[in-house]
Amino acid sequence: MMAELSDQLMAFTVLAYLAAMVCYAAEYAFGNRSHIGRAATRPARQLVGVGGPGEVEVLPADGVVPPPADDVVPPAPPRDRGALLGLIGVGLTWVAFALHLGTVVTRGVAAHRMPWGNMYEFILAVTLVGAAVWLGVITRKPAVRHLGLFTALALVVLLGAAGLIAYTPVSPLVPALNSYWYIVHVSTIIVASGILLIGAVPAAMFLVRAGYDRGRRTFPYTLGAKVPPAETLERLTFRLHAFAFPLFTFGALIAGPLWAEASWGRYWAWDPKEVWAFISWVVYAAYLHARATPSVKRTTATWIALLGFLTMLMNLFGVNLFFEGLHSYANAGGM
Amino acid sequence: MTVVEERPAPAAEPPPRRPNRLWALLRNSWRQLTSMRTALVLLFLLAVAAIPGSVLPQRTINPENVAGYFREHPDLAPVLSRLGGFDVYASPWFASIYLLLFTSLVGCVIPRLLDHVRALRTVPPDAPRRLERLPEHAAAEPRPDDPAAAAAGVAAGLRRHRFRTVVRERPDGTWTVSGEKGLLKETGNLLFHFALLAVLIGVGFGHWYGWNGNRLLVQGNDLGFCNSVTQYDESSLGPRLDAADLPFFCLRLTDFEATYQSNGQPKTFGAQATVQTEHDGPWRPTEFTVNHPLRLSQANVHLLGHGYAPILRFTDRFGQQQTRIVPFLPRDQMLTSEGVAQFPDVNIDPKTNQRDEDLQVAFEGVYLPTVDPKGGPASVFPAEREPALFLTAYRGNLGVDAGLPGSVYALDRGQLANGQLKQVSGERPQRLTPGQTWTLDDGTKLEFVGTRQFATLAVRYDPTQPLVLGGAVLGLLGLMLSLSGHRRRVWFRVSPPAGSEAGTGGSLMEAGGLPRTDYPGFHEEFEQVVAAARRTPEERTP
Ligand code: HEM
Repeated sequence: MMAELSDQLMAFTVLAYLAAMVCYAAEYAFGNRSHIGRAATRPARQLVGVGGPGEVEVLPADGVVPPPADDVVPPAPPRDRGALLGLIGVGLTWVAFALHLGTVVTRGVAAHRMPWGNMYEFILAVTLVGAAVWLGVITRKPAVRHLGLFTALALVVLLGAAGLIAYTPVSPLVPALNSYWYIVHVSTIIVASGILLIGAVPAAMFLVRAGYDRGRRTFPYTLGAKVPPAETLERLTFRLHAFAFPLFTFGALIAGPLWAEASWGRYWAWDPKEVWAFISWVVYAAYLHARATPSVKRTTATWIALLGFLTMLMNLFGVNLFFEGLHSYANAGGM
Repeated sequence: MTVVEERPAPAAEPPPRRPNRLWALLRNSWRQLTSMRTALVLLFLLAVAAIPGSVLPQRTINPENVAGYFREHPDLAPVLSRLGGFDVYASPWFASIYLLLFTSLVGCVIPRLLDHVRALRTVPPDAPRRLERLPEHAAAEPRPDDPAAAAAGVAAGLRRHRFRTVVRERPDGTWTVSGEKGLLKETGNLLFHFALLAVLIGVGFGHWYGWNGNRLLVQGNDLGFCNSVTQYDESSLGPRLDAADLPFFCLRLTDFEATYQSNGQPKTFGAQATVQTEHDGPWRPTEFTVNHPLRLSQANVHLLGHGYAPILRFTDRFGQQQTRIVPFLPRDQMLTSEGVAQFPDVNIDPKTNQRDEDLQVAFEGVYLPTVDPKGGPASVFPAEREPALFLTAYRGNLGVDAGLPGSVYALDRGQLANGQLKQVSGERPQRLTPGQTWTLDDGTKLEFVGTRQFATLAVRYDPTQPLVLGGAVLGLLGLMLSLSGHRRRVWFRVSPPAGSEAGTGGSLMEAGGLPRTDYPGFHEEFEQVVAAARRTPEERTP
């Protein structure tokens, strides 16, 4: 009964994200360029830590020029249709998030346990965290709202994949997962993955925007016309990654091995899930290194972050589907 | 995180007397190796090198799959094997990458440690001449107190905010206050990198001095085992360890309990055991389960799996009885289990006491804890609700004396192929329920007495686990400090107002700030610090 409710809520969640996506897309299409450009720069000046007037550019972000001056002059226009659609998109994202939360909670109630016992539930939870972080970001920094199209797209794709590839009927936990380390390990990894997942959106858009600023006018760089300034995107990317990296370290490289030790007797067994978590960790460490090295361009560093994102996807989907390992919740389609 | 301040260029070296090519080469290679770019490249290599280990089966994880791979790719597998493809994480190329990375790490962090210690011991430098050139600047404003008092007040305020603070007086009557904060960032960063080294060392020593063994243990006080290499089904000792170094203990499985959901999914497992930890010492009862191993000193016993061992009593042509308890290995979630009971020493004529090798007997088949009411070939529930054994009988030469290591879980197929071992029961396997007896064609009998449970155990010990855990925790701490801190400096210059004597008519206070790492919030912090400093003492304590 609860399980069915959860399944229905899941369908509505995807629809709501899809509707939000359509609104954002419409905003892209109908909103005039200056409106979005202004929205992208205007709040930036009022906001803490985003790019205030006294803000110091300590290092030039490798040749990224500031937004064109015509975007900055705000001749207070009447609110246009585009902006309204964008706000509806934000509203729908909140609705979708509420439905999403409902999906996860009812799933947990139906199964009488934490709702992250298999791949389907895991993706559901990761995307929920992603959506929550995203809503937090746009609440604190409305300037980046225009990335909503891409976050909604990412959420729809991931949730769709979860529903189509990984759907599993509600079932209780196998004894191996019945441990408090299960809660600690899996929840931290879910939170970290959710943040890293959302972090890939500003990372990709930074690359697009930086290309646009360098004069590229082909797709996808044309998308860069309507996103926040490169520097804002780059900072946001870094903040999200710098926050998630220690969490991921804790979840995957401390709590995970502690549990593995209790359960299998060895804290590290090079099982495919562990291998890919290790790979992601090393790639994200490389991102942080690259960003801290002055001679490495910010665009190069950001490419590394995106590579890290791909390794995370590999772990979320690829490993579960292609490899056989010790991680029993990795089995797609139930055990 | 950006390092704003590059390390000062090394002082020009004295012209070498005679350029030593080798020395120069070595020095350059070392510099190259310890550069951030090399570290980046090596990190990438490490990530890439780890991939094959998730694609190819690994000997340490599932040797059966490696064997399967050899069967499926008879040409490719030996090549891959020579390249270390089935032992990626123990292969020389994997080791060379991480050893280079860690050499680079040592070369990188030791100079940074020295620099950092120096930085911790030196006081923040005096204010630059032109504060307005700094990224943050607050223009001079008059205040009522004289420069000395104002400087002291500002310094006290900075100290309260945990800035390292120095007050200096200039000959012209100007006072400066320098404050610095955020050294914890670099401390954390160094802690993190040193902790990585500790983890690597811990893992290495654990590999050298650790050991493990797997054992299938059938329930019953008559069937215990003691910790020694010979009593394990498989075992491996670290290269620096001797078989004699294993600690003493003996273990008996007294009971095993499993509960299941109605769909057959396991709910709980529990093993009851007695353990003896001293020679001739007492047997102490204990229990362990999945996720809660039995922790002994220098050995941990983990429950990995379980199954059933049918008890079979064979009565031979001369009326002699032999009983075997034979573990059948589960092949699916519902514990459909396969196994073989071999009786090589039966049908021995008591008159001659001669064994007739062609009269050895074996039974092979499956055990279903709950038979399928629809007649399916597999068990439908993992607990023993309606157990039955389905056996085929064989008689002849089992081939167990040929000196070849045979499996205890399968018949020697070669003996079947060459006709020395023959099937002697009907087309279909004989079904036996507990207590039933089956009479074979030659009058010999097999009784299915019942079953006992067995548990598969992994016994392990890794002496450096605490070091690895400690390193990982410290590393995380360092990482958090490193990623959250910001190094920055502020300066205040308090000068006597122009045209009046020092110490008579108040002062002018100017301030500047320099973030030394990429720190978007510095502007706000600077403004708060300046605002706090501008308050006079009376305002501060109303
Ligand atoms: C064993 C592999 C290594 C790993 C996993 C690793 C990981 C990390 C991580 C995650 C950070 C980010 C934390 C921060 O920004 O403070 C970092 C920073 C740093 N690493 Fe490494 N590192 C490794 C090896 C090295 C090596 C070999 C060097 C020297 C060549 C090095 C030099 C640095 C420096 C200078 C920073 C500070 C950057 C900054 O100012 O933020 N690391 N490292």
